[in-house]
Amino acid sequence: MSQKNRLSSGGQIDRLTAPEFIFDGKTYQGHAGDTLASALLANGVRLMGRSFKYHRPRGPLTAGSEEPNALVELRAGARQEPNTRATTAELYDGLFARSQNRLGSLKLDLLSINDRLSNFLTAGFYYKTFMWPAAFWEKLYEPIIRRAAGLGSLSLKDDPDVYDKGFLHCDLLIIGAGPAGLSAALTAGRAGGDVIIADEDFRMGGRLNSETYALGDQSGADWAAATVAELASMPNVRVMPRTTVIGAFDHGIYGAVERVSDHVHTPDTGKPRQILWRIYTKRTILAAGATERPIAFENNDRPGIMLGSALRTYANRFAVAADKRVAIFTNNDDGHRTAADLHAKGIKIAAVVDVRADAPRSTDYEVLQGEVIDTKGRLGLTFAELRLADGTTRTLECGALGMSGGWNPNVHLTCHQRGRPVWNDALAAFVPGRDSPSGMSVAGAAQGDLSTAGALHSGMQAAMDALDIQAAPPALPTAEDAPVNIKPFWYVEGCSRAWLDQQNDVTVKDVKLSHQEGFRSVEHLKRYTTLGMATDQGKTSNMGGLAIMAGLAGKTIPEVGTTIFRPPYTPTAIGVFGGRHRGQDFHPKRLTPSHQWAAEQGAVFVEVGNWMRAQWFPRAGETTWRESVDREVLATRRSVGVCDVTTLGKIDVQGTNAATFLNKVYCNGFAKLAVGKTRYGLMLREDGIVMDDGTAARLAEDHFVVTTTTANALPVYRHMEFVRQCLFPDLDVQLISTTEGWAQYAVAGPNSRKVLEKIVDQDISNEAFPFMACANITVCGGLRARLFRISFSGELAFEIAVPTPYGDALMRRIMEAGAEFDITPYGTEALGVMRIEKGHAAGNELNGTTTAQNLGMGRMVSKKKDSIGSILSEREGLNTADDLRQVGIRPVDPTQPVSAGAHLMNLDGPVDAAHDQGYVTSACYSPNLGYAIALGFLKNGAERMGERLRLVSPLTGVETEVEIVSPHFIDPEGVRLRA
Amino acid sequence: MHDLKPVTALGEATPRVDRFAHVTLTENDGLALASLSARLGSEAACHAGLKDLLGAVPQPGKAVLHDPEAGFWMGPDQWMIGAPKATHPHLADDLKSRFGTAASITEQSGGWVCFDLVGTGMVNVMERLCAANVRRMQGGDAQRTVVHQLGCFVLQRNDPQHLRILGPRASARTLHHALITAATSTA
Repeated sequence: MSQKNRLSSGGQIDRLTAPEFIFDGKTYQGHAGDTLASALLANGVRLMGRSFKYHRPRGPLTAGSEEPNALVELRAGARQEPNTRATTAELYDGLFARSQNRLGSLKLDLLSINDRLSNFLTAGFYYKTFMWPAAFWEKLYEPIIRRAAGLGSLSLKDDPDVYDKGFLHCDLLIIGAGPAGLSAALTAGRAGGDVIIADEDFRMGGRLNSETYALGDQSGADWAAATVAELASMPNVRVMPRTTVIGAFDHGIYGAVERVSDHVHTPDTGKPRQILWRIYTKRTILAAGATERPIAFENNDRPGIMLGSALRTYANRFAVAADKRVAIFTNNDDGHRTAADLHAKGIKIAAVVDVRADAPRSTDYEVLQGEVIDTKGRLGLTFAELRLADGTTRTLECGALGMSGGWNPNVHLTCHQRGRPVWNDALAAFVPGRDSPSGMSVAGAAQGDLSTAGALHSGMQAAMDALDIQAAPPALPTAEDAPVNIKPFWYVEGCSRAWLDQQNDVTVKDVKLSHQEGFRSVEHLKRYTTLGMATDQGKTSNMGGLAIMAGLAGKTIPEVGTTIFRPPYTPTAIGVFGGRHRGQDFHPKRLTPSHQWAAEQGAVFVEVGNWMRAQWFPRAGETTWRESVDREVLATRRSVGVCDVTTLGKIDVQGTNAATFLNKVYCNGFAKLAVGKTRYGLMLREDGIVMDDGTAARLAEDHFVVTTTTANALPVYRHMEFVRQCLFPDLDVQLISTTEGWAQYAVAGPNSRKVLEKIVDQDISNEAFPFMACANITVCGGLRARLFRISFSGELAFEIAVPTPYGDALMRRIMEAGAEFDITPYGTEALGVMRIEKGHAAGNELNGTTTAQNLGMGRMVSKKKDSIGSILSEREGLNTADDLRQVGIRPVDPTQPVSAGAHLMNLDGPVDAAHDQGYVTSACYSPNLGYAIALGFLKNGAERMGERLRLVSPLTGVETEVEIVSPHFIDPEGVRLRA
Repeated sequence: MHDLKPVTALGEATPRVDRFAHVTLTENDGLALASLSARLGSEAACHAGLKDLLGAVPQPGKAVLHDPEAGFWMGPDQWMIGAPKATHPHLADDLKSRFGTAASITEQSGGWVCFDLVGTGMVNVMERLCAANVRRMQGGDAQRTVVHQLGCFVLQRNDPQHLRILGPRASARTLHHALITAATSTA
């Protein structure tokens, strides 16, 4: 296919290459250096998309990231990405793109019927139309609207690409590599500053690549290329093309997305598609340039109608003529620049239509004072209708029309921290205010310096100021320095279907309707009409809407104000926000030292926080988890079992005041705990509610090891550090976590001592090492270890700890030593069953609402000392006569299950919150008892032993008669654990 | 002498080495570690002991790369001391003997995984992993930072291309995976 609109010379494209690409099933050729839009235009394709609501045919309005119209689905299969701007998509061999938001072909979109129904689809139509009958909303209206809404489609497949996150630091971040950004970087770089310069384009230079002006004796593009090359050679400058700074955040932090592999067919293996950089900088220069404004007139959205600056970009940078016959509609001198550039390239200028009486004249083409009042052309522009200053009308034949309505400085990032731009009458545009993010200065067109010389000098000066450079600045080339001559002109009087927001199909008529219906705030206008709410965030439309609103309200534009600018600056793939944290890598995993051993046994693991804990160990022939768990429980209570309890939090507490400190953080006494002894401790919050429970083992006068529940290891450590540093800084106590430093195993069951006697080097008889003893010991002939005689299961039990590197070996040794006793590894499910059988509270009971009283441990709150939570635990509201008490629950019919979460109700009476008697916190099947059991909280529970109640769950339809019993189902006297 | 065989943090019998063109990542299994905190009122004695042991007291954000013992600052009056495991199998006990009641010593050898990242691409790898400004770190700089949601210490060795990373041992495989992924990404 020939590139019929490709100019024979010029452009920053590589004519020696001819990458092929496919658009809507048809194969085309372009050149390296093209965007998808420029390549399509070169091939004579103007129609690239359909609009959101009316499905009107659309072509590119711009040549940059502000594009509202030329949105495509890029790539195929799982890599398909909707709403990609053809104006920024870099062409590569094999690129695959498809138009979107159509029913049928792009040329014959059946949903374009909406355009015929436009009188019924004005702003806010759905608020008015779909109000009745109310029942239709969910079942009829919303599904239809949702199906019709949206632009491109998702593949609904997993994204096969990977995304990185990264962190960069610099003294000066320069956003934008146009003339201002490059001169700033040159100034700062030559002065030795640590500089990052980032630009969203794949070719740095900004408008220098799109204009024909000379900089000194070079073209602007050549000067930009030479400057970028010099910057890239500096070790103190990081040059980042294809990188969009998407947001300005607190404390000099900026978010930037680098498109690493979007310009290739498929990223290399292991390489990211994009990187989200977090840039920490001391100073920032925003040199983001400016965006040209369109002018609103009837049918100003036909393919072929675009910004004048875009026409120049396509011609000068990409060597593409949008059409062979072009008209210009302008209110400022910039439109004449477009005409001159295109004329110089041999493109026929049908006429320049200028609203000003004093417009520059030309001998090369006709300049008319007047307005464009309408256009024609079903799928692309063919004619423009003019109304001239003398009142006559005229028709111009043209295939492209350039609109030049003036320039809007790109102030967006100056406003990301609630800054407000200010109005500049000379430019008829908003410029940055004085409340930009701390450390940010603005240069070039972004601050209103719209000439090339102005941009070069303001960039240089901004760098000098930002880094306080005392050396002489670099000599900058001479450049054009034309003043801005503009007559503010926003829309043609009398038009109605004149498009402001071309992506969201918002017209001048919609804005007028909004005003007519009482929406006076610019924020309300935005929400009611959806002006500026599309993926382009109104970069080409907002100003027009504000101007019309100002006119209708009798206000000035600055009085109307702007809406809030928010990050990201341009649409950003959600994948890049996730980075590598997805799937299996969503969060870190913590593996216990015997994880490999457990995996070898076929353990089923469960995530507990980040820990992977063995839940149960299935054996051949076991078909349900219950079979495995029942076996593990029975085997442990019958002989011996072993469980990995490494995950319990361990906090090393040392210091001469260590005991005093623990006396403060636990509600029960620790001051008199003997060396070599362990004590169960209950920790309260300041408000008297239980925070956590655990044990503290006294290894020396000034040394304790505190254990916490797995889930609360971090909160408890944080709490203890707060107490140490803030509440009792005068105590000599030092804390440090040792959770990961020790591998710890519970060996439980009547034969546990016999197993450990084969491993431990010391005497662990009941006399030498009684219940609640602890000691530093050695195992296996000399490895240092710790032994605690504590029991969560209620059996004779020990917890043995060795340095983590030896955890795997110790577990294997325990299994060898226990073989003759049929030792059984058990997981967290069996652990849970045994602690319920024993009546031990766990996370379900320590749920942030319960007190020591509720748990039946009220007497543990010592009144002989002060401890955190002690006073507030005496609050009246926590000590009512009928407050909740932990009880045991069993079904009257032993074949019935008991459900955790279900509530207790009296046998008679209503089932509602007012009659609630309590609730079940933990439930399981007890293989030792042969029926389901549970722990729960019941009003005045201690006094209601033997009472029958109903256990109900209206949500799940549960209703079971239960009996209230002691929570200690197994060995209530504690004989076993003291054996 | 006991006969239990230790495993590395990555669960192997020997430390793992991953080689790329631009960096080499080595699991360092030979490091003994112990934390040291000054007792209240004994700060001066503790500092004196550290100076005697390392030649200087590690300041905030710094390590003292002394041989054979080295140390870095972890918090106010709190340091981590490291030494070769082969020559200091009982580092915590040794330190306790040396500092007496001037400091609280806690064995930490088993709590951490140590990786040495060496090569021309070291900085590029770390830029994908942590917010610490590794590019500007000098020999002896020590930073607490987050790598893949894991609290870690990064220590700049005197070789500007050598960074030592200490992370939580239970998450050694996650940390290793993150390092390898970043190394592949930047290769």
